[in-house]
Parts: sequence; C-alpha cells; structure tokens
Amino acid sequence: MDALPAVLGAAALLLLLLLTARLLLARRNSSPRTAPLSLLVVAGSGGHTTEILRLLSSLSQSYSPRHYIFADSDKMSEDKIRTFEQKRAETFSNSQFTLNRIPRCREVCQSWSSSVLTTLYSILYSFPLTFRLKPDLILCNGPGTCVPICISALLLEILALKKVIIVYVESICRVETLSLSGKILYYFSDYFIVQWPALKEKYPKSIYLGRIV
Amino acid sequence: MKSAFVTVGTTSFEELIAAVTAPETLQVLRSLGYGRLVLQVGRAAAAPAPFRTAAFTLDVFRFKESLAEDLENADLVISHAGAGTCLETLEKGKPLLVVVNEKLMNNHQLELARQLYRDGHLFYCTCSTLLESLKSIDMSTLKPFPPGQPEKFAAFLDRVIGFE
Repeated sequence: MDALPAVLGAAALLLLLLLTARLLLARRNSSPRTAPLSLLVVAGSGGHTTEILRLLSSLSQSYSPRHYIFADSDKMSEDKIRTFEQKRAETFSNSQFTLNRIPRCREVCQSWSSSVLTTLYSILYSFPLTFRLKPDLILCNGPGTCVPICISALLLEILALKKVIIVYVESICRVETLSLSGKILYYFSDYFIVQWPALKEKYPKSIYLGRIV
Repeated sequence: MKSAFVTVGTTSFEELIAAVTAPETLQVLRSLGYGRLVLQVGRAAAAPAPFRTAAFTLDVFRFKESLAEDLENADLVISHAGAGTCLETLEKGKPLLVVVNEKLMNNHQLELARQLYRDGHLFYCTCSTLLESLKSIDMSTLKPFPPGQPEKFAAFLDRVIGFE
C-alpha cells in the first residue's frame, strides 16, 4: 500500500493544524449562553451509551434539542436512546431529539493503519452532519465515532461558522489510563472530565467531579 | 434457599463455567447454603446441562436482553471483569466476586475491577483460586456502593455555560 505513508502524513498534518488552530483561537469568552442550547450527543456501544444517558438524565430542559449520533451498526444504542427519550417526554412535554447514523470509525479488530483511513473517511462524513446540525455543545465519552465529530466541530470553528463547546467525559471504566479517544480529545475539548482521581493527577487540565454516572 | 448467579458477558469464559460447575465447587456452594445456581454462559462451545434435584437446581442460558432480573434474584454474583456487569451488580447492592480471565490480563476493563476491589466494593480471584475464595471470603465485609451523581455534572455544565 504505497498511499499509506502519504495518508498518515496527511492525517498527522491535519491534527497538527487543528492543534495549532486550537491554541491560537482565543480562550472561550464566558459570556452566558441563552437557553435552549442544542446538544450533539455521541453514543456508542460497550457501555458508552448507558453512561452518556445517565449524564443526560440530570440535565434540565434548557438542553434541547438533543441530536444523537451513533454508528449505523449499533441497534442496541438506538433502542436505549429511544427508551430514554420516551421516558423523558413523559416529564417534559416539549422534549425534542433527532437520531443520526454514521459509519463506524474503528471496528474492534481493525489494524491501526487502515483505522487512520476510516477515521479520515469518517471526518469527511461527519463534517456535513455537524455542519447541518450546528450544535452549541458536543457531549461525548469515548466511542471512536466521537473523534471525527469533534474534529469537524473544530473545523466549523476554524471556518468561523459556529463556536461549539466540546465536553468530553471519560468513561467510569478508565481508572488509570485514558482511552484512545480521550488521549486525542484531551487536547481538543473545552472541558475534559475524568471520574477517578488518579487520572486527574496525570492529566492536570482535566476536571474531577467525583463519580457522575 | 440462596441463589448464585454466574455471568460471563457477551463473549465466552469457558474456564469459569468449568470451575464453577466442578463437583467440589458445587459442594462448597451447597455447604454455604446455596440451593440454586444460574449460569449465563455466552458463546461457550459446550454448555453444562441444567438439572434439578431436591437439594439443588442448575439453570443455564446463553444470552438475555437484560440480566437485571437474574441479578435481582441472586444472593451472590460471580462475574467476569466487564465494567457494565460490575457496576450493575454493585448498584443493585449484590455481593460480587469477580473472576479475572488471565488470558485477558492487559484488558483495560481490569482497571475498574481492581479499583473497586481496593475500595472494598467487590472481591476478585482467578479460576484456579475460585474454590478457595468461595470458602474463605466473607462477603458481609463489602462496603455499599454509593450511586453516581450526575446532578454534579449538570450543575457544573449549568455553571460554565452561564445558566442559572
């Protein structure tokens, strides 16, 4: 595969560019936002969806609508989200949400090199979706899908189309080490929340609020 | 009569199924007052046959949509180190013995089980020490697992966004 080094180079360049842009962009001004605030929620199998729905369960009505993104093969997440939203609609009458499917970023046994390719593909796929939804805030907790989504949100910001707040909550399963998504998004998120003190020590920029799921 | 529930998750863990259904283990379970053992065996190639005698019942199934009911009915849960099962079991306040699959030693899932053990919420062992652990461990020394606090997350988000 001769194209691979070029693709890897391009990917590295893109990440470097995003990181520079991130550092150069002024630190968010803290002018209060007005409700409602549209939310983009990245769900994912392996417990990610369960955890993120728990986080959502405590949010007020001001966080609406909620746009869910999940891998097209992930029927279980879709069912959980529907059940969650049905329950929520019983409490809040004007509850709004949408469901959005994207191709899966990294299959479990896939090798690293081709996962770079599919990640690039996912970014291409994610950008129009993020552009269309233009969320105020992205909430994610680690499925591979969340990296391309957050990167395309940064592109929106670089292109001065929309300022998106990225909130990353590392899974409760991560006690001492970050997930791959976490390692990347540590540098790109506005608020990076961990749920164990050992991670807070290793990653000083992170926020520790105790166990929140 | 008490009931024990064994769960291996979405893959298989045949060594655990073999260890827990070994005659000596069943005998220890009986001596501890367990009259029923329920096995969730996942993709195991060979599942043990269920049986029912006056003194002991063995139930076996591969998968279920939700294990909530089985966890609810159990007086003891013996589980693989999967984070989802560990958390769900502890949230239901059930005594938990995690059996670590030594073939998956570097699996990040172990991080959580190890931490929950350090914090006194569960015990863990391997297949080869299961029998000994069942005999010696006093489950009543486990500490209750407090529920997570998503409201702290909501308060944090409201604050940084500027919602009052």
